[in-house]
Amino acid sequence: MFSRRTDLPLDKDALSRFLPMLIAFMVFLAALAQAGLIGLDELARRWDTGLAAQLTVQIPPDPDGGEAANARRLQTALNLIAETPGVEHTEVVSDQKVLQLLSPWLGVVQAADVPLPRLIDVETDPNIELDARVLQQKLARSIPGAQVDDHGVWLARLIQMVRTLEALSAGVLALILTAATGTVVFTTRTGLTVHAEAIEVLHLTGAHDSYIAKQFAARAWAMGLKGGLIGVALAVPTLLGLGLVADRLQAGMLPDMALPPLGWVSLLILPLAAGLVAGLTARFTVMRTLRRMI
Amino acid sequence: MDIDPATSIARFENVGLRYGLGPEVLQDVTFELKPGSYHFLVGPSGAGKSSLLKLLYLAHRPSRGLVHLFGRDIATATRDDLPALRRSIGVVFQEYRLLEHLSTFDNVALPLRVAGVREPDIKRHVEELLVWVGLKDHMNARPPTLSGGQKQRASIARAVIARPSLLLADEPTGNVDDRMGYRLMHLLEELNKLGTTVVVATHNEAMVRELGHPVMRIGRGQLTVTPGTKSVSGEGV
Repeated sequence: MFSRRTDLPLDKDALSRFLPMLIAFMVFLAALAQAGLIGLDELARRWDTGLAAQLTVQIPPDPDGGEAANARRLQTALNLIAETPGVEHTEVVSDQKVLQLLSPWLGVVQAADVPLPRLIDVETDPNIELDARVLQQKLARSIPGAQVDDHGVWLARLIQMVRTLEALSAGVLALILTAATGTVVFTTRTGLTVHAEAIEVLHLTGAHDSYIAKQFAARAWAMGLKGGLIGVALAVPTLLGLGLVADRLQAGMLPDMALPPLGWVSLLILPLAAGLVAGLTARFTVMRTLRRMI
Repeated sequence: MDIDPATSIARFENVGLRYGLGPEVLQDVTFELKPGSYHFLVGPSGAGKSSLLKLLYLAHRPSRGLVHLFGRDIATATRDDLPALRRSIGVVFQEYRLLEHLSTFDNVALPLRVAGVREPDIKRHVEELLVWVGLKDHMNARPPTLSGGQKQRASIARAVIARPSLLLADEPTGNVDDRMGYRLMHLLEELNKLGTTVVVATHNEAMVRELGHPVMRIGRGQLTVTPGTKSVSGEGV
């Protein structure tokens, strides 16, 4: 499809000199959109597998009782949970971890300073549907104020939001592809007009349309690749910077949002994709335009 | 219906040509070029000489009438058929139409590269031809640095490098002095002697009379043909 030698002075086109810069900008945006798409997908996947088969049971402290009463409430809850079909594992969250989870709101406090609820992480069998409301009613009968937090409910909403953002990222990628294709079509058509006389000479010496199209395709491929490399070179530090900022912001409230290794590798495909899209678009444009001539 | 290419290089029957909705620039043009013939095409400026040549080198299709090239009715030729037909035709333009960013060598090599000839063969053929047209020392020069005569010789070399059956020259001596003009015409005579069918459009009536080949005279879009005073094998009208 591509040829290195050129009979047409395509390198000297003023317009085509801007093409790598335009493609670089588009690839930069595409890299951000793609990283967003991959990062969000990874995030949703981790949430889905990490939290879908989990419940958290909250046992409030006994307002009238002491430590022994609280320990009894906790044991009662553990017994009731263990009897429930579908429960695979339970783990009491330590006071220290509860304080850590609350630290964004309460700051640094000691367990003795605040009446802490006891939290029990419950892992359930993903193949058995456990009705959190039934468990809640059962616990509340023995332990007033006990609450069951079913992650599935809010997780489903969160994942839906993430999927919407993913669709948005995919839409942005599609728009960038359309814009890049349109730019190459415009540049190629301009090139055909600028070099009309040389193209006529090539035709009169017996050149097939494909011979001319190859030269435009080779040039567009080179410019697309160059623009793609510049775009990715700009996108990588930007993404690393965004990752650092996100790390500082999330402060333990959100799961790790870093791009997975395959995500970085997929960014390297962008320059090749940009070159390929540019080359194929140029070839198609030349073939289609020349077909209209004699 | 196709014609035996061994007996006819080009045949026009009642050919008319108009550009867009304008008047016919060629009307009922009828003639035949036999293999190995040499014709001059004369007429005043704007009479239709270049239009007739454009029909011959397939830059245009006729508005009406029949055009056969190398026995093939071009009305039946598809776009994909044209390159093969054009490779049998060499064209020398008055304004040279060399590609200015390419060297003399690469300009002359163009028809061979387009035809997919291997680079070692291209090098050999082009160098031989550049020696023949006297441009060996200018093979790396670009057209803007060449004189008018050198450009026209490069143009002739490009036109004949692929050994076409038909050579069309549009005012090849128009931009050169008389001495160079005679030298170029000598080159065309040599090619004709090697079997190439030649048509030369020119204003140079003195040269036409001196060389004595048949003359296709065009005026107000109509063509008349007069036999030459010099006998050339294969010529026919």
